[in-house]
Order: sequence, then structure tokens, then C-alpha cells
Amino acid sequence: MKQKRSPRSFCALLLMAGCLFIGNSCKTVKEYQKSKLNDAEMSLSSRKVEKPELNFQSYREGASGANTGKLGGGCGCN
Amino acid sequence: MKKICLTIVGLYLGLLTAFSQTTQKDTSTYKNRKLKLEEVNLVSSYYQQDGDHAAVTGGTGSQHLTNLSGSIDVKLSKRDNKNRKHSFIFDIGVDHYTSASTDKINPATISSASRNDTRIYPSLSWSVENENKGTTFGAGASYSREVDYFAHGASVNFAAKTKDRSGEFSINAQVYLDKVKLIRPIELRDGNPIPGDGDNNGYAPRNSYSTSLSYAQIINQRLQVMFLMDLVYQKGYLGLPFHRVYLTDNSVHIEHLPDRRFKMPLGFRANYFLGDKFIIRSFYRYYQDDWGLKAHTFDLETAIKLTPFFSVTPFYRFYTQQAIDYFAPYEAHTVADTYFTSNYDLSRFDSHFLGAGIKFTPPKGILGNPHFNMIEVRYGHYNRTNDLSSNVVSMNLRFK
Repeated sequence: MKQKRSPRSFCALLLMAGCLFIGNSCKTVKEYQKSKLNDAEMSLSSRKVEKPELNFQSYREGASGANTGKLGGGCGCN
Repeated sequence: MKKICLTIVGLYLGLLTAFSQTTQKDTSTYKNRKLKLEEVNLVSSYYQQDGDHAAVTGGTGSQHLTNLSGSIDVKLSKRDNKNRKHSFIFDIGVDHYTSASTDKINPATISSASRNDTRIYPSLSWSVENENKGTTFGAGASYSREVDYFAHGASVNFAAKTKDRSGEFSINAQVYLDKVKLIRPIELRDGNPIPGDGDNNGYAPRNSYSTSLSYAQIINQRLQVMFLMDLVYQKGYLGLPFHRVYLTDNSVHIEHLPDRRFKMPLGFRANYFLGDKFIIRSFYRYYQDDWGLKAHTFDLETAIKLTPFFSVTPFYRFYTQQAIDYFAPYEAHTVADTYFTSNYDLSRFDSHFLGAGIKFTPPKGILGNPHFNMIEVRYGHYNRTNDLSSNVVSMNLRFK
């Protein structure tokens, strides 16, 4: 009988694949080689202009978090 | 409303004036340890939505809502005698909204409790960075107030870079102690306590405790990635007292949800610099909680540098979620149900969010003012498969 794969095992597989990919492809990048990585558009955190979007999405959708935003406070009553 | 607009315009003009005087360059070898202004950001936005499934009227009725918001954050920094960098950020935001559905809490009145409401939310944060060790420690506090909701927040965070400075681990712990004012629909004001309001004092607590873990890694000169995980535990009154639920027997009740919720979102970000003009930003999130909600989010945006100082950023976001175990539409719940809601934000749906942004950072500053160094404007259209659509336009002005 074919077993259905749960989302949890799918995420674990994805995480393992990610770790393997990172482990094998990381290179030490010296400070003078970081001109592209230091570009403001390359930032890994959400930009300030995105704050209002993240705010309404956290109210209009059941899921939230894992996007370096706030995780509580504020009602979203309407 | 007029007052808010005038306040925002006043703040913009005030900042332009404050930055219009240039300071002389310090040519001495003396290291300035005084507090200095690093940057000021003004973010304003206008949001408008329409839909036909308002939770206030039991999953039917207009969801028309508008929200005008403005916030200002000021970042200051100084070096201490160990050459560590201390940063202080003061942020204050104001939202003013109008809501058609909230006006139905008491349709007999011309304007009910939060037909129009203003939310004010100041926050203060501090961090100290030791560049030699590659560590950062910080703490913050926040407050939010609107007519039926009060929130107090506090946080501490720590980040450490790897030895070769190509990776960074960070941990952030937050606590929010909130209070919900128990405003009921007019026909349900019978004097009996609402579950969660044992003392019948008109307020119920809602507390959130969360831990965020992240690990960022530089892969090569063009690619960096980040793994994120949050663990969130909420306790207290997690429904809203003015959300109606109509049962199959046509009786009306107040939404009733469990008093605990555990959430676990897992995220992954990857940013790649392609050639000299394209930056591809991607984000994926898997979310699960113990109310039965599971969701996936995919976000992709590309910053196209048309010139070194001007970029255009089209973006697309796809989101899909399953309903929580306690959701049913209008007149679908039965008296046998322990928990019930007809809030369509917690129903099964997909959503699409599509738009674009422009960013302008001229080397001589905007309007010839070298301190006014960035303007970014973004527009997005949001569409949900259960008949809700919205538009949002936001703008960030940065002064340095």
C-alpha cells in the first residue's frame, strides 16, 4: 500500500536538502568581495516599505511569522 | 483624520528643515563618541479592502475597510569606550481606519464603538554590537492602543556571527500582554460573562509568548540564504466578542474559540544577484498550528536596477491555507459544536498578491537635499478566492 507523505516529513526532507546544499557550496567570501552582497536590495530582512503589507496579511490570513516581523500585539479586529 | 494628515505633512516638512543645514566635516583624529543621528524613516500607507463575508455579521455582509497609516522611526547611535556600537531606535505609528462591518456591532446607532478608530503604537529598542566578536545584544519595548484593544510588548535578542563572518545565528524572545475590551453585538448584551471574562469586568487577557530563531549564511559572492523558525504560544481570549455566529437553528451566538494556540512557522529566504542589474529575492514559509490550520507562502520579487540610483521591483506572492477545525459558514454550525467561528480569515482559501515598487536614491539627494537620500513607493493588489480583494500603496522616505 502506498503511504502518503505528511507535510512534516516533506519539510524535514527540504531542510536536510538545504543543509546539504549549503554544506557543499559555501565559500568564504572576503570583505572586499562583498560588494554585491552588501547592496541594500540584497538584505535578508523585510524592508520598511513592506511593513504595511506584512501588517494586513497577518490580519487577513491565518498564518503569520517566520518573516522577521512582530508576532503579537495589535488586534486586527476588522 | 484631517489632524493626522496635517501631522504627517508637518513631520515631513520638519525633517526637511532639520536636515537642510550641513555640518562641517571633523578632520581631527579624535573619535566622536557622542550620540549621532543615523537615519530617519517615514513610512505611510493607504489600504482599502472589499468583501462579502464580514465576521461581525456571521460570515455575511460588507467587509469594506480603509486604513491610513503613518509611522516615523529615528535611529541614533554612539560608540562606547570599548568601541562597541550602541543603537537606539524610537518608532511611533498611527493608524486611522473606517470599517463597514464594525458598524454592525450596533446597527441602531449612527456610529458604533469602532466605526472609526485610531491606533497608536510607539516602540523603543536598543542594541549593542561588538564588531570584534561579531555579537549583538538588544532589547525593546512596545505599546499599542485602540478603542477595544491594548497591547504591551517586550523583547530581548542576541545574534552571533561565525568565525569567518559568513554565517549569523540569531535568537529573539518576545512577550505581548494584551487586553481585549469585550464589546458584544447589541442583541447579545445580556449581562452574562463571556468565557474568558470570569470577573465580568469587561476585559479579557490575551498573552503571546514567542521565540524566533534564524540562521543566515553567505553561500558565495552573489547568493545568501536564511532559515527561520518561530515558536508562538498564545493564551487567553483568542476570539473576538463582536463576531457573530449563526447556527443551523438560526440562533445567534458570540464566536467561541479555544483559549490556547500553538503556532509554528518555518521560513526560508534566498537572495541572488544576477548579472549587474537583477536581484532575485525569494521566500517560502510553511505554517502549522494546533487549531488545524496549515499554510504555504511563496514570494518572489526581482529588483531591476535601471540605473545605479533607480530600480523597479515587480513582485508576486502566492498563499494557500486550510481552514481551522472550528470554522463553518453562516448557519452551518450546530448546537453540538464546542467551538465555532464564521471568520473567513480562518477559512480555506488561496490568495494572490501582485504589484511593483520603485526606488530612487540619487547621489545628490532628493530635491537637492543631500540628507533626503531615498524614496521608495510600492503598490500591490491582493485577491482572495473567497471574495475579498484589496489594494495597498505604501511609501518610505529616508533621511540620513
